[in-house]
Amino acid sequence: MKARVTVMLKDGVLDPQGEAVRHALGALGFEGVTGVRQGKVIELDLADGTSDPEAEVRAMCEKLLANTVIESYRVEIG
Amino acid sequence: MKAAVIVFPGSNCDRDIAVALKQAGAQVTMVWHKDDALPDGVDLVAVPGGFSFGDYLRCGAIAAQSPIARALRFHAERGGYVLGICNGFQVLTELKLLPGALLRNAGLRYICRTVPLTVTNAGTAFTSGYAAGQTIALPIAHHDGNYFADDETLARLKGEGQVAFTYGDNPNGSRHDIAGIVSANGRVLGMMPHPERAADPAHGGTDGRALFAGLADALERV
Repeated sequence: MKARVTVMLKDGVLDPQGEAVRHALGALGFEGVTGVRQGKVIELDLADGTSDPEAEVRAMCEKLLANTVIESYRVEIG
Repeated sequence: MKAAVIVFPGSNCDRDIAVALKQAGAQVTMVWHKDDALPDGVDLVAVPGGFSFGDYLRCGAIAAQSPIARALRFHAERGGYVLGICNGFQVLTELKLLPGALLRNAGLRYICRTVPLTVTNAGTAFTSGYAAGQTIALPIAHHDGNYFADDETLARLKGEGQVAFTYGDNPNGSRHDIAGIVSANGRVLGMMPHPERAADPAHGGTDGRALFAGLADALERV
């Protein structure tokens, strides 16, 4: 079973890397980009039969995968 | 003062801190991250700078899960003193022993230079060797030193005198120019600048020395 965790900086937390990407896109002529936020994707292989995988992965996010002071996360199973 | 310095894979300021602590008269023991206990009777635990575990996932995140981190948390929770410098500060925020987090520098560059700092609160054991409002110069060397906390936390930090050091020329985008903070009980200090790299004339500056000397004096009086 696969789980995919997307971790993003929370709204309101400055994302200087996203800003740099936006500037670079502008320099390439992609002028219609008004904002870029950069995050990370973490893919997990879960043992078959993991009970309540979503709750399990959310617990992993709270304890390690995301720092909820600055980051939000989204969990997709399957 | 009995001090322990934690060593993670990727720590690179561990020996510098040990030298600075010994210079201040401390007995120093190095502690490996896989150890699950601190030496008996330790007053201070220092969490050094560097790139623990290669900064994988987030700076300090993996170190905060190491066996010694549990002992460190216990030490702090029973009122022990903790000093986290640079990566050590990041580890302490990941452990939630200090509020907030350290983001990528606003200018995206790794910054390595000596910066002016103001001692905002000279009433802590760590800052007792300085005068309140004193300007000192310490080196910084980091890519992720941009202190972030929400408005409520910042108001509390400022209101309770938990901001220990502020930058004179905010090099990294830190909110409210924060360079170092202490815990509510004043016994856990996290700071991005490196006092241990300004503790000997050969370093090019000695403004960091008063932090270790002041701490040793304060702990002798406890």
